[in-house]
Amino acid sequence: MSAESAVATPEELKARIEAGIPGAAATVTGDGHHFNAVITASAFRGLSRIAQHRLVYEVFGAEIGGRIHALSIQTQVGEPA
Amino acid sequence: MSETNPLREEIQNAITENPVLLFMKGTPDQPMCGFSARTVAILQSVGKPFAAVDVLPDPRIRQELSALSNWPTVPQLFVNGELVGGCDIVTEMYESGELQQSLGAEAEEAPAPAPDVAQPESKPLSIEDLR
Repeated sequence: MSAESAVATPEELKARIEAGIPGAAATVTGDGHHFNAVITASAFRGLSRIAQHRLVYEVFGAEIGGRIHALSIQTQVGEPA
Repeated sequence: MSETNPLREEIQNAITENPVLLFMKGTPDQPMCGFSARTVAILQSVGKPFAAVDVLPDPRIRQELSALSNWPTVPQLFVNGELVGGCDIVTEMYESGELQQSLGAEAEEAPAPAPDVAQPESKPLSIEDLR
């Protein structure tokens, strides 16, 4: 695990998603354990929903289900504003 | 690590043998997590029979399932041997009518918003049933 603080924040998740997925813009809400992310990314183009969600999960690896207890994801293809 | 892995084979067999299979926390009658409850409620609303495996009795089930499916979370819905997705994707597909289509059910004219409450109905499949 990285040097991230013990409690995850929506701001941290947003920053990591946007850094980890090319052309991504994310809106993240959450309480430190359960999060919801709405993500628009050019990288999603041509991918199945499964593949789009995997891209997001890959940003967080083993933190999903652990430090990040639950992450709901909605994906959209597009360019960030 | 490449020698035979009986548990993973059982999971793979269950996926192959059940046209609609949900891996979940708890049982359809008694879901132990909100995401599993919501997914069960959606499947019951579609009205096609489905099998369910509770991953909670043995943590290795979840571990092997995720390794097999390359998907980190539970619930996981499989249709005809293919991973469809978790709660978010199942919800989206239900609301767009794609889920009804892939399960061979008629989509309603205007699909209702995804239901929230699970109604006990389906028979849980325990990991013993896989043996």
